[in-house]
Amino acid sequence: MHSFGYRANAVLTFAVTILAVICTIASISDNFNSATPTAEVQVSNINWFQKQPNGDDVVGLTLNISANLQSLFTWNTKQVFVFLAAEYETPQNSLNQVSLWDGIIPAKEHAKFVIQTTNKYHFTDQGSNLRGKEFNLTLHWHVMPKTGKMSANRIVMTGYRLPDKYR
Amino acid sequence: MGYIGETIDSIKSIQIRQLITQGVSLGMIVTSALIIWKALMCFTGSESPVVVVLSGSMEPGFKRGDILFLHMSNDPIRAGEIVVFNVDGREIPIVHRVIKVHERQETGEVDVLTKGDNNFGDDRLLYAQGQLWLQRHHIMGRAVGFLPYVGWVTIIMTEKPIIKYVLIGALGLLVITSKD
Repeated sequence: MHSFGYRANAVLTFAVTILAVICTIASISDNFNSATPTAEVQVSNINWFQKQPNGDDVVGLTLNISANLQSLFTWNTKQVFVFLAAEYETPQNSLNQVSLWDGIIPAKEHAKFVIQTTNKYHFTDQGSNLRGKEFNLTLHWHVMPKTGKMSANRIVMTGYRLPDKYR
Repeated sequence: MGYIGETIDSIKSIQIRQLITQGVSLGMIVTSALIIWKALMCFTGSESPVVVVLSGSMEPGFKRGDILFLHMSNDPIRAGEIVVFNVDGREIPIVHRVIKVHERQETGEVDVLTKGDNNFGDDRLLYAQGQLWLQRHHIMGRAVGFLPYVGWVTIIMTEKPIIKYVLIGALGLLVITSKD
């Protein structure tokens, strides 16, 4: 009844249960954090704007991104993945989301930043609809916890209108 | 003599009963594990509600051996979500992030492009020959929850099958020999 194996089993079971409870509480505690991130993005230049040989439009941009995502960090936050997407509608597609830039923020100290960057991924349309097209710039973030539930949200920012002609 | 014979009979019958009880309790453990798994499948709507991260392509977010909980709802797939997808001709599902979405106006079908956070380029090299986009049917679920390290148990067991057999044997022996 009180053999070594029996006691070892009881201790192990108890330890695992406590660990599970603490992980759950840590994940739930994230809900009490009300985040108020701010961000601003400007398209400072259209570097190039062409039609690819396969008929799809492609754009190269320079972006100024400034953001303060420090309020997203809690004690259960491992990292915040942040990305900037262009969102627009075309006659063919009801929604196009194209990621232009992304980054991983490993700690709260790095969550306030100002950068100037060209688009990291090709801004390519499915087809040739980008001339004179107005698109929304949206900053999305994805909070990855140390344990538990992941969460995501975004800020939709002012749009930008692409030029009427290729260059 | 009759007394001894009776005693032997009673011992024999006890052993048979005990054997049956132990067999039933072993069966209960196995079936309850199966019930939990199938119930999870029902609630999450995903054919594999829990996956183990096998590669470092999503580091530092997900490391090898971490566990992800999946959910498959009818919500449309959007950029930034972490999805688990199967590529034709590949057995092992991949966990990567969606970076581009094109959703059709009339049919609502989606073209999705994914990329691992830690990879340099997008996933077109991982897709089947000539495949440019993932469609809805490739996607098994999206990751909603995260638990670190626990997946190492399954990684070790698949890579070193001996440990698995030793563990199952020891557990089986424990159940059969236990007196309580």
